[in-house]
Amino acid sequence: MAQLLFFYLAGVIVLTAILVVGLRNPIYSVLSLLIMFFHVAGLYVSLHAEFLAAVQIIVYAGAILVLYLFVVMLLNVKREDRYHYQFPIGALLGVAILTEAVVLAIQRGYSEDVVPSPPTSELSFTGNTEAIGESLFTTYLLPFEIASLILLVAMIGAIILAKKDILTR
Amino acid sequence: MVPLSYYVILSAVVFITGVVGVLIRRNIIIILLSIELMLNATNINFVAFSHYFQNIAGQVFVFFALTVAASEVAVGLAIIIALYRSKSTINVDEFQLLKW
Repeated sequence: MAQLLFFYLAGVIVLTAILVVGLRNPIYSVLSLLIMFFHVAGLYVSLHAEFLAAVQIIVYAGAILVLYLFVVMLLNVKREDRYHYQFPIGALLGVAILTEAVVLAIQRGYSEDVVPSPPTSELSFTGNTEAIGESLFTTYLLPFEIASLILLVAMIGAIILAKKDILTR
Repeated sequence: MVPLSYYVILSAVVFITGVVGVLIRRNIIIILLSIELMLNATNINFVAFSHYFQNIAGQVFVFFALTVAASEVAVGLAIIIALYRSKSTINVDEFQLLKW
C-alpha cells in the first residue's frame, strides 16, 4: 500500500517535472509545477513530515507560484521558440548525468541494509511540529535569525529592482 | 516500507530534469521554474533522510532551503521585470550586455 502510494506520487512528480521543462506556454508550465508541489506535499505526508507538507502548500503553492503567475501574465510575452540553440549540448549533458546516476544506483543498489532500521525515538512520540519548533529555536537559532535577515534583504532588493526610478529621484 | 534508495532515485530524476531545463530552455521564467524543481529535489532528499534516520535536522534544513527559494524568486522576478522593461523580451539569447 505504501509502495503503491509512493509509485503514484513519484510518477506524477516525474511526469509534471518533465512537463514543466517541455511545455511551450509558461502558464501551463507553472500550473504543472503547482500539481508537482501538491504531490511533493503528499510525499512529505507519507514520510511523516506533516508540518512541512502544510508549509509546502502554503508557501510554494500559495505564495511563490502566485508570484510566478503574476509575472507571466504581467509580461504578456508573445510565443517564442521553445529551445535554446544549445539544445543538443544540453540534452547530451542531461543524458550523461542520468547515466551516471543510474550506474551509481545500480552499483549501490544491493546495500539496502546499510541504513539502520529507524529506532523509535522521541520523534515518534512528540508531534512533528513540536519537534521542529524545539529544534529550530534551540539548536538552529542563529541560522533562523540569518534566514529572517535574508528575507529582509530579498524584500528590499526586489522593491529597489522592480521600482522604476527609485534611485534617480 | 519504501526503501530509501527509491527516494534518492526520484530526487535525482527531478534534479536532472531541472538541470536539463536550465540548459535547453531560452525563456527565463522557465529557467527559474527549473531552479525551483532542483530545490524541490533536494528537499525530497532531506525529508527522506530525516525520516529514515529519525533526525529532525533534515526537516529544519528544508525550512532554510524554502527561505532561500522564496527570496530567490522575489529577487529573480524583480530582475526579470527590470530586464523586460529595458529589452522588452524575456529570451535569454538577447541578454548579452556582459558579453565581451
